[in-house]
Amino acid sequence: MLHILGVRSGGQCPAPGVLVIVLKWNEEDVDDRFGDLDLRNDSDIPEVPPSTDSTPEILKRALSGVSARWKNWWIRGILTLLMILLFFLIIYLGSFMLMLLVLSIQVKCFHEIITIGYRVYHSYDLPWFRTLSWYFLLCVNYFFYGETVADYFATFVQRREQLQFLIRYHRFISFALYLTGFCMFVLSLVKRQYRLQFYMFAWTHVTLLITVTQSHLVIQNLFEGMIWFLVPISSVICNDITAYIFGFFFGRTPLIKLSPKKTWEGFIGGFFSTVVFGFIFSYLLAQHEYFVCPVEYNGETNRFVTECEPSELFQIRKYSVPPLLKTVLRWETVNMYPFQMHSIALSTFASLIGPFGGFFASGFKRAFKIKDFADTIPGHGGIMDRFDCQYLMATFVHVYITSFIRGPNPSKLLKQLLVLQPEQQLNVYKTLKSHLVEKGILQPSTKG
Amino acid sequence: MGIWTESHPRALPTPIATQVASNAFPPTNPGRSYNPRLLHKATRAGYSALPLVCSQGPSAVPRGCCRKPHGVYGAAHVHQPSAYTHHGGHHRPGRRRRRRMPTSGSREVGWLATPPSRLARLPLAAAALGGWNAGARARALLLGIAAGRSMSALRQRLGREPDDKESESENKLDGETASDSESKSEFGGSAPVPTSDDTPEVLNRALSNLSLRWKNWWVRGILTLAMIAFFFIIIYLGPMVLMMIVMCVQIKCFHEIITIGYNVYHSYDLPWFRTLSWYFLLCVNYFFYGETVTDYFFTLVQREEPLRILSKYHRFISFALYLTGFCMFVLSLVKKHYRLQFYMFGWTHVTLLIVVTQSHLIIHNLFEGMIWFIVPISCVICNDIMAYMFGFFFGRTPLIKLSPKKTWEGFIGGFFATVLFGLLLSYVMSGYRCFTCPVEYNNDTNSFTVDCDPSELFQLQEYNIPLVLQSVMGWKTVRMYPFQIHSIALSTFASLIGPFGGFFASGFKRAFKIKDFANTIPGHGGIMDRFDCQYLMATFVNVYIASFIRGPNPSRLIQQFLTLRPDQQLHIFNTLKAHLVDKGMLANSEDV
Repeated sequence: MLHILGVRSGGQCPAPGVLVIVLKWNEEDVDDRFGDLDLRNDSDIPEVPPSTDSTPEILKRALSGVSARWKNWWIRGILTLLMILLFFLIIYLGSFMLMLLVLSIQVKCFHEIITIGYRVYHSYDLPWFRTLSWYFLLCVNYFFYGETVADYFATFVQRREQLQFLIRYHRFISFALYLTGFCMFVLSLVKRQYRLQFYMFAWTHVTLLITVTQSHLVIQNLFEGMIWFLVPISSVICNDITAYIFGFFFGRTPLIKLSPKKTWEGFIGGFFSTVVFGFIFSYLLAQHEYFVCPVEYNGETNRFVTECEPSELFQIRKYSVPPLLKTVLRWETVNMYPFQMHSIALSTFASLIGPFGGFFASGFKRAFKIKDFADTIPGHGGIMDRFDCQYLMATFVHVYITSFIRGPNPSKLLKQLLVLQPEQQLNVYKTLKSHLVEKGILQPSTKG
Repeated sequence: MGIWTESHPRALPTPIATQVASNAFPPTNPGRSYNPRLLHKATRAGYSALPLVCSQGPSAVPRGCCRKPHGVYGAAHVHQPSAYTHHGGHHRPGRRRRRRMPTSGSREVGWLATPPSRLARLPLAAAALGGWNAGARARALLLGIAAGRSMSALRQRLGREPDDKESESENKLDGETASDSESKSEFGGSAPVPTSDDTPEVLNRALSNLSLRWKNWWVRGILTLAMIAFFFIIIYLGPMVLMMIVMCVQIKCFHEIITIGYNVYHSYDLPWFRTLSWYFLLCVNYFFYGETVTDYFFTLVQREEPLRILSKYHRFISFALYLTGFCMFVLSLVKKHYRLQFYMFGWTHVTLLIVVTQSHLIIHNLFEGMIWFIVPISCVICNDIMAYMFGFFFGRTPLIKLSPKKTWEGFIGGFFATVLFGLLLSYVMSGYRCFTCPVEYNNDTNSFTVDCDPSELFQLQEYNIPLVLQSVMGWKTVRMYPFQIHSIALSTFASLIGPFGGFFASGFKRAFKIKDFANTIPGHGGIMDRFDCQYLMATFVNVYIASFIRGPNPSRLIQQFLTLRPDQQLHIFNTLKAHLVDKGMLANSEDV
């Protein structure tokens, strides 16, 4: 069933794929539509969903003989492989490239969500608004990236005078920047559009809250060691893929009304395969220093170094197999990395709670009657469609590291100690020394 | 509402009643009185008769009574859309205008038989007289005195006219949200308008022979004084009570904003939603207060085993709590209400972002020393009052369209008065240790101690007066506390940028067509109305302290240090030592 809801000739619209809007209704949508008597939903039934087919010509021709279901399968599969390849390439290029990737994904996600907001509220003509939301993005990113730089590039910063100034007053500067935006917003309020403008303000801020803070946390995890970045992300990807595959082949019972494509079979199958995958994947990664060591910036060579004595987490240990499994496996003990135990927690989260991010996103899409966030990747939708499950993950990993792996970040702590006033530093020094001596870590004789 | 109804039935001619009833029943504004006959018709047409019951009640029950109609309108609204949905998605401005006209425009004519153009001008005069807000309050007050006189009813109608005009034009012109905002402004948007006059009876009687303008002035003034006195008492009671007050204010503000959200979206019937937003508030507060406790009550936490575990896994626990709420939200999504639920989710989160983080920062500032808490807050209050007074006496030129009450004269006068006030207040307060010292938790006595050697900031110093001022004042130097210099920055912010918080709030109120956030303090509106300017201030003070006064808190750093692993501790220790040796603060081989 194909309906043309509305064709907007939008001279103001940026993306041409957005101009002509055709909404394909699946069966669920039809009944959704007629069951939906909510005033608000009708008011701005979006002329939104972009479903112009942006599949590359080559793919289309190659797949022309395949039935629609399989065609979609193939397109999706090929694109998935491509993306995974790209991901590997970027991992190979190093952590700096990864950070750039995270940044660009974040910007793209922000763009996608904000664009939906514009379209839902038709707020293309709101004075200043487009500028303001990007300005807010800039401010918040300046704040978070500045904090990152101050934390992890301390040696680099110490060398340059101007940077030191920027770091010293970093919060103040960011706050001033934000305030400017805030005042601009207040001044840009126009009588007829108060409510619209407040909606867009809130929209921008919730989007910022979701995208920017998460990507900040992702980067923080990256600095803990690439493994803390790679394992969670691949677990989520793996869960997506295996849940899709299991659902495709064995799917019977629908899981949740929000996204009718998801099935219990996919959910459960995805869970088990993700745990197994995470277990194996972390075993593989834990062997390499490159993945295991915290990423540190070396002031002398101007590069990131990932060299260290692997911490206890990444040294093989003997675990005794629980009695129940013993009879099955016939092993008494098993050699593995402690990190693998943690990987179970990560992949469990990725497969049980992660999908809720996806449900949230699909609920959101339903609420605004769109099929996909955007039209960036053929067969997949927007970037945001691919990363919806990742968003809770970053916070989880961050919280997990701080709660269970280690306390506060030593290098951050050190940086804070170094900006104290000299007398305070001396005081702290004395306290620390007496503490260490007390604990027997420092020999009382090796004073000074 | 109860008060008004007595006066109205006579004033409202029948034809309109029929018209309204046949058109879109729930009248434009529940604050308005309804003709029983009109209501009767409406009831016959299938709407609940509750408002009628309500209007028959004595004037003594406005509050509980006014609540109910929302529910009724909420329910009515659920039916209503069916009328709209037939044209769903094809609303065009033209249609809207046609539908909108009869509800407000023609009724106007019917009621007053005065050309709308003249009607529109009258409130302007009222606005010039007492300001927008003041005008509204004056109207409410006037009604309180002269209930029963149709004259008051007339004036009341007149006063209200500009909103209708505005909303109408808004609806006409902003095409896309029109059906959105229209429906909302009709019953939901204006539903929260607190019109019941809850000025205490004592005040009402004492001021009954004053003119309206002055009466409002007095009500406001007395309440302001009462609040300030209350504030002093709480300061006297100490930091713990202050924290409690901050928390109460925070919860009340959250409640006010969330209630507006409920009213705007008529979301009383959303499954779970009320529970969920309070649950989110709880989670976020648990997170922030937990952080505060671990930071400042370190010794207490170390002593008690359960607390120690809670603080070790604090983030994890808070995150788990939040996640539970998040999953509940996802599971509570119901087909018909998707968008509404997402709106409310966004609404809750933005409110949390504003309210909770700010109150968290305020508490942080409090721990820096009471002076960092009291001076900024008093500056904002002083600026509010002074700007009001200057505006009241000298106000001519309006400052910003958003709040027509504010004038350039008030703004500038407020600025100078606030700077002076800040200088004086900080001079007075710097002399007392209980204000200048950081608040610390004493483990032995189980109480807060504010005792220390005053830092440099709070020791008198000689300052050279700039040359220009020297010739005027005849002094060469002046003895003052360095903190006073900082107080200038604080009061400048409070008076120049702080009002933007107020503009933001009044823009918000305008956007949702409400006069005040709530009806908590007579003459002032809701708590949120009083604290709108405070909100930016807390962040500013926090950032200011962190940037200009001192870096991180040393004792906090030591606490963090103690939670590290031994090898990390050693590493940090050695680096610090090397740094100190480098700087020459520590002799290389010497035992310090």
